[in-house]
Amino acid sequence: MSAHILQIANLTAGYQPGLPIIRDVSMHVSKGEMVTIIGPNGAGKSTLIKAVAGLLNVEDGRVELSGSDITRISTHKMADAALAYVPQTDNIFASLTVDENLKLGAQALPKATARERVEEAYEKFPDLRKFSRRKAGVLSGGQRQMLAVGRALLTHPEIVMLDEPSAGLSPKMVDDVFAQLVALVKSGVAILMVEQNAKAAMRISDRTYVLAEGRNRLDGASDALLEDPQVTQIYLGRAGRKQ
Amino acid sequence: MVGIALYIVFFLTVVSIYAIIVMGLNLQWGYTGLFNAGVVGFFAIGAYGTAILSGPDNVRLIGGFELPYFIGVIGGILIAAAAGLIVALATLKLREEYLAIATFGISISIQLVALNFASLTGGANGLVGLPRPFYQFFTEPSVYSVFFLCLVLVFAAVVYVALERAVRSPWGRVLRAIREDVTAARSLGKNPTMIRLQSFVLGSAIMGLAGGLYVGFIGFVSPIDFLPILTFQIWAMLIVGGSGNNRGAVLGCLIVWGLWTASGYVISNLVPPGFQSRAGALQAMLIGSVIVLTLLFRPRGLIGEEDVISTHAGASATPALQADAAEKG
Repeated sequence: MSAHILQIANLTAGYQPGLPIIRDVSMHVSKGEMVTIIGPNGAGKSTLIKAVAGLLNVEDGRVELSGSDITRISTHKMADAALAYVPQTDNIFASLTVDENLKLGAQALPKATARERVEEAYEKFPDLRKFSRRKAGVLSGGQRQMLAVGRALLTHPEIVMLDEPSAGLSPKMVDDVFAQLVALVKSGVAILMVEQNAKAAMRISDRTYVLAEGRNRLDGASDALLEDPQVTQIYLGRAGRKQ
Repeated sequence: MVGIALYIVFFLTVVSIYAIIVMGLNLQWGYTGLFNAGVVGFFAIGAYGTAILSGPDNVRLIGGFELPYFIGVIGGILIAAAAGLIVALATLKLREEYLAIATFGISISIQLVALNFASLTGGANGLVGLPRPFYQFFTEPSVYSVFFLCLVLVFAAVVYVALERAVRSPWGRVLRAIREDVTAARSLGKNPTMIRLQSFVLGSAIMGLAGGLYVGFIGFVSPIDFLPILTFQIWAMLIVGGSGNNRGAVLGCLIVWGLWTASGYVISNLVPPGFQSRAGALQAMLIGSVIVLTLLFRPRGLIGEEDVISTHAGASATPALQADAAEKG
């Protein structure tokens, strides 16, 4: 049995069979830990998270959630497996109300529990309550992310995977969203997120993995990597190939 | 005067039958985002299914099982649903535009089968002498027409109420979520393939019901009743009325079929007989123009989708509304 909530071992995956985007990638996330995946454009960060979420073709390797093999589980069954995935964009249903969006996330739960969980989400993200009967399309970028995260939490997952939660947000909104993520981790939920906003994400996360050209390049405590010149070099495309 | 009244009854019967088809399409497109461009095919399957099962025995035909009319209608619905299932299994993984092309092709194939598989469908002559429900209880054809209109209205109302309940249920919420974003819906534990399949099959079954009622209405069935133009008309009805809203679907049906009928009347009375077949194209142009104008000035249709659809959305929203009210003082 693995000691980690999420264990990714030697994963090779891509959009088409025989054309892997990520190769032999390994990483893990422990309970209550926030882990960030960074890397230059085209490093395979989103591909990795999509492969773990069951959206892409996994050619080789293994993904375990609390010791159970979830490598080729369909995405729609992941919610039952205590893993929540928040896609990068279009992660809310704009023509549904905020309340309907939340209830979709709780639909598999018994009615009374679903009602409690939705109320929990409103308490966690008070801004959403104000807009509960309005279409989610009217929300700001930050509020949309809150809604997407709040909805993902309704099933009480052990881990939430987020694909670029700060994408398209203003600096103020990024701070708000990240503050909410920190609060979540404190409540015991593990987070694995992909981020382009590398420095801001590393400042709030415990550990960081750096990917380049679809492979692991560096990993370690976020504080240490923030000061590591190799990270900059990988972003500039020099050290990556030799590491 | 009686003639006008009877014509109105005839007109409303056709509108009610077509309204059922439009509601079926609304389930598929309006709520689920499935671009079914082969509507007429499922309507035809329902009609032929009913006709073959309930039609009179004929030694030259495979069908003519002489089953009671309503058993024939149920059979037609089931055959249309089965056809919907087969088509859905084959095409639902296609993207919107490809799904449209595939379903359009399938509906053309269905019409060609109706035209050429003469031993089953009667070919170009169609199937005649089909039973009309409860016809034997009426001595006056005009009274029967009114009765049949009432019968179709009952079916249309049942379909309307059932669909309204369905789309306002948690299942309906998932339909709209899938229409919006398949990946996001999948990430929430929903199985889009299964839900889309259900919606497509149910929509096809509803179109099959309309086909069965159409057979009972006119008493015969032939390929000429299922030309691709009908798919265009049904789509026009949904776009004009407002997709994602069953009331819009019904209203659009009334308006578009009203315009079609009125323009047909004008052409047949004002255009010289030699030019009438060519002038018929004006009808399609008129409906096309109405679609363009609708998309320009009311892109969501005359009655667009409601802001809040789910009846289950109210419970936990109440505190929020109270908060809103408190804010407004």
